[in-house]
Amino acid sequence: MTEQIGTRATLRWLWRQLTSMRTAIMLLLLLGVASIPGSLFPQRNQNPLKVRDFLAAHKSTGKILESLKFFDVYSSPWFSAIYILLFISLIGCVLPRTLEHIKAIGKQPPLTPKFLDRMEGYEQVGGDLDSAQVWLKKNRFRIRREEGSISAEKGYTRESGNLLFHLSLILILVAVAMGGLFGSKGEAILNVGDTFVNTPTSYDNLSFGKFQREGSLRSFALHIDAFKATYDPATRAPLDYKLTVSAAEPIGSKAKTQIIKVNSPLTYGSTKIYLQANGYSPVVTVRDKKGKITFQGAVEFLPQDANLTSIGAIKVPDMNPQIGFVSSFLPTAARTAQRGAFSSYPDVLNPQLLVSVWMGNLGLDNGNPQSVYRVDTSQMRRIGLKALSLHQLYNFGEGSITFEGWEQWVNLQIVDDPGKLYALLGGILAILGLMASLFGRQRRIWIKLREDGELEIAGLAKNSAPGLLEELKSLKTHLENRK
Amino acid sequence: MSSRSLAYLSNYAIYSALVVIAIAFFSHAFEVAFSVKNVEEKTSFDFAKTDRWGRIGTAMMVLGVIFNFAGIVLRGLSAHRVPWGNMYEFSITGSFAFGAAYLYALAKYKVRWLGLPVSIATLLTLGTAITVLYRPSAPLVPALKSTWLAIHVSAAIISGGTFLLANTVAATYLILDRMEERGGRPEWAKRLPSLEALDQLSYRLVAFVFPLWTFAVIAGAIWAESAWGRYWGWDPKETWAFITWVAYAAYLHARVTVGWRGRRAAWLCLFAGSTFLFNYVYVNIWGTGRHTYSGL
Ligand code: HEM
Repeated sequence: MTEQIGTRATLRWLWRQLTSMRTAIMLLLLLGVASIPGSLFPQRNQNPLKVRDFLAAHKSTGKILESLKFFDVYSSPWFSAIYILLFISLIGCVLPRTLEHIKAIGKQPPLTPKFLDRMEGYEQVGGDLDSAQVWLKKNRFRIRREEGSISAEKGYTRESGNLLFHLSLILILVAVAMGGLFGSKGEAILNVGDTFVNTPTSYDNLSFGKFQREGSLRSFALHIDAFKATYDPATRAPLDYKLTVSAAEPIGSKAKTQIIKVNSPLTYGSTKIYLQANGYSPVVTVRDKKGKITFQGAVEFLPQDANLTSIGAIKVPDMNPQIGFVSSFLPTAARTAQRGAFSSYPDVLNPQLLVSVWMGNLGLDNGNPQSVYRVDTSQMRRIGLKALSLHQLYNFGEGSITFEGWEQWVNLQIVDDPGKLYALLGGILAILGLMASLFGRQRRIWIKLREDGELEIAGLAKNSAPGLLEELKSLKTHLENRK
Repeated sequence: MSSRSLAYLSNYAIYSALVVIAIAFFSHAFEVAFSVKNVEEKTSFDFAKTDRWGRIGTAMMVLGVIFNFAGIVLRGLSAHRVPWGNMYEFSITGSFAFGAAYLYALAKYKVRWLGLPVSIATLLTLGTAITVLYRPSAPLVPALKSTWLAIHVSAAIISGGTFLLANTVAATYLILDRMEERGGRPEWAKRLPSLEALDQLSYRLVAFVFPLWTFAVIAGAIWAESAWGRYWGWDPKETWAFITWVAYAAYLHARVTVGWRGRRAAWLCLFAGSTFLFNYVYVNIWGTGRHTYSGL
């Protein structure tokens, strides 16, 4: 029995500790500190290749950092723990205050204190309570008139704004959690001419929220009709990317032509389709010694610079021994003695495909995931090197490769975030609340009739907000003029 | 004169307006800032004391509005049409209208207190017009072609400037505090405001821009949502913007709810400001965020 009370008391104590403002602020600061490592170390969800390189370069420290989740900071248990604790703490401290505040709004200001001379701006002036009341009313104070005294208060917007701000923080936290739990996010790389059907298998990578079911993806299909990148000839900077798709939503309905641009995604409900990146896919044909085609098609290459010098890997596992091409695609090839070959313009004016031919074991079936842009040459031997211009064939002894042409690929990001609008609403309310809270001034003014007929006036400004003395002075002037 | 040189002249006029109105902004900021006065421990304001700053502010506003007007007229002359053909021209006209309305009101009523918000607003409008909406000009990469980015950047710049101003004030506080502890201010430092006024000033600056900074972060998120498909992704730049936000929230709490004043508050203010600087320097130079669009 006593033990039970003991536990309950402990729990209540814990709850009070957790919901105290000091704890909330500590948690808030802690959340700030906890987000630092994520900005110093590469993050898996942003740049998995960098994480791999980092781990390869720093073997032992990498292991420690890995066990601390320093490469997945924002989804780590400790980050989530701080986040959830802050959330509970905010609710625990803001909700009761809100209820209290709502009750207080209907109430009259508190009674006039006994001794006004301890308050701010205390003064004795001539005048009468009625004209003081007129002034207070005109200045929109809430007034409590008693026998021989007035108690007035103004500036509830401050506390209202403050509560609104803290409540909207809760709303934002809820919205972020909603996006994480019920949303999905994925990417698909598509060549012009491809069709994308919105099912999990169509994605290159796709992550689901914990409570999101696979069948819940919105039903639509996109055919990539055309992609056009426009560049400024003088600065070589991209001017515009324009993607034209035929979109059927839901799948099977009549397709409509839609344009997707960088800042204007295609929107279906809470699902949005973004044009995220683009690049070139050289088209090649690889033949073996006998002239049989062992590989033919477009291979996506990864842009490396503003002029779209692109690197990629062409892997031919069906040859014996296996062949890999470590390659670069130059849309507008140029060459200098210092830099070697590079691209001097992002559009295709003088395309070139550089290949370095490797023979041996591509290492595709040892179970380790491989980058599609790189050839693992650890079990291979280099047997050739060549710069190919358009339609050129290169015979490397074990076979041949022909540079047939190129296509363009686009990276579409498809995001479903049902919490987004709530986050925006939370943000807007937070700003409004902040302004009311920071610029509002809550203060009280009291006026008391003395036995000798003089008035005593004094006030109190919450958080020593400035301006109360000026206000009292103007009240005094008003009273004296009325005399 | 050729229409080309007219267009150049128009640009110079708008740049001049921007500079002059920036001076007006700072004059008005000083007018408010230095008027903080301490009456028996209670802070109040004495605007008679800073009247001169206010006058400078008004003079600069008049000059700025004249430059702005000249910019519009020259632009129209160079294009042989009314200068309302695109967003840039709308914006410079809008800021002129706003500034002129303020000056008109100022001549009729005592509204010099409006000088601060008006100068901020015209600066924002003109700044956005010149940096983002201007045409013809060197083109922007597609991802940057967003009004939200313009709003985000200008809000962030103003917040940053004010944070740094607050830092300067806080540092001044700490230095003067040290001097007074060691036996008094030297002659040159006697004209500077009292410690209490500086303490209040750095707080007021922060309290004034904290909502703007909040807005800047949110505007950035809105832009990121339309360009990158997520409103928040813990990109280093975003992370440090968040850290700055948290640090200033802690500062405001420490002052308002815990009652920190003086030295401790000044140090906290310096710390919060340095997170902003860190973001600017470290993340821009060594960061790994998504600054260019073309790559993956
Ligand atoms: C348990 C949770 C919290 C409680 C009880 C709490 C309470 C308060 C109180 C009492 C004020 C002062 C309002 C006034 O004096 O009128 C305030 C202001 C403020 N709070 Fe909180 N707070 C909490 C958590 C947070 C969090 C997580 C943030 C995140 C940023 C935050 C940001 C602010 C800001 C920016 C102000 C404005 C300061 C000012 O009025 O000058 N608070 N809070």
